[in-house]
Amino acid sequence: MVFVVLLICGAILAIWLLFKALGSNTNYFYSPTEVVQGKAPEGKSFRLGGLVANGSVKREGMKVNFDVTDNLNSFGIEYVGILPDLFREGQGIITTGSLSDGNFIATEVLAKHDENYMPPEVAEAIQKSSQQ
Amino acid sequence: MWKWIQAFASPQNFYLTSKKIIPWLLYPCIALCVIGIYGALFVVPPDYQQGETYRIMFIHVPSASMSMFVYFVMAVASGIGLIWQIKLANVVAKVSAPIGASFTFLALVTGAVWGKPMWGTWWVWDARLTSELILLFLYLAYMSLGNAFDNPKTASKASSVLAIVGLINLPIIKYSVEWWNTLHQGASISTIEKISKPAIDGSMIWPLLVMFLAFGLMYAALMLMRARDEMLIREQNSRWVKAVIMGEQL
Repeated sequence: MVFVVLLICGAILAIWLLFKALGSNTNYFYSPTEVVQGKAPEGKSFRLGGLVANGSVKREGMKVNFDVTDNLNSFGIEYVGILPDLFREGQGIITTGSLSDGNFIATEVLAKHDENYMPPEVAEAIQKSSQQ
Repeated sequence: MWKWIQAFASPQNFYLTSKKIIPWLLYPCIALCVIGIYGALFVVPPDYQQGETYRIMFIHVPSASMSMFVYFVMAVASGIGLIWQIKLANVVAKVSAPIGASFTFLALVTGAVWGKPMWGTWWVWDARLTSELILLFLYLAYMSLGNAFDNPKTASKASSVLAIVGLINLPIIKYSVEWWNTLHQGASISTIEKISKPAIDGSMIWPLLVMFLAFGLMYAALMLMRARDEMLIREQNSRWVKAVIMGEQL
């Protein structure tokens, strides 16, 4: 019986610690607007998430420059390295790095995808009907 | 109803009845797996963004939801075992754990394999992935706690309490993608409004539903098979087990 009580106390402690840890540091990334509001840690490496702005991608060899936006604010990103398959203009991405002179120097770029799945023809049809 | 449950749950009757049920679960499961995987790999069209790679979803999503479903069954059975002292409930809880752990492991591995080409990474510590990893640790903790005592009754009690306390992790896994910003995308079909209008196009959803059913049957069949063995071990000193063994040897 004593053992069961101890076990429950231990489990409650573990859950409390879990929630504490989740509460402070669970958001995997900050949006550009949150960074403008000063919520991201300054001078330290953090993750920035948003959409790759249309028409902003410029490649020079392995070096890529593009803007990440949440349609309110945007940041210029500088990255050297291999981009994931899903990286394209308009795509949601999450990038790790730090700010220097208003430019975000990225060390990693991850692509995010949404919960929608459809064949290419359906995607085209939706795009056509939304343009009309 | 209660009497019927008690009659079915008696060790001897369970052992005999489950033998008849298992083929009705196992063979449809194999057939549905073949149909589902064939449909997933060869019939449904590629995705407009992810191309062919999204086909791993047809394994990943059913294993992930089974990993949570099996935990739920395990915790409920643990509760029934604790409160009403039904032997069958304790057996069901105990034998479900390795199956659930396997589904969890499969979900994590297929997720990593999918994440590498699509996201660009095998693993990130976002809320969804981390909480699913905690689920795997809960299964492992449940199994080791159950094996850590010489007295099976104490073992069963201790691990049952752990299983019930660990239930708190299930809503965290499910809503992690809504409560926090995660790299993992939101749910495609699990919310109420999305069941009637899923975020997966109609032409590509049917193998997923087939695989859900196949994995559900797989769990039921494997669980009953393991439960029969466990029941024999636990009841090894009773008369019916001796009769069964003598009968099978003749």
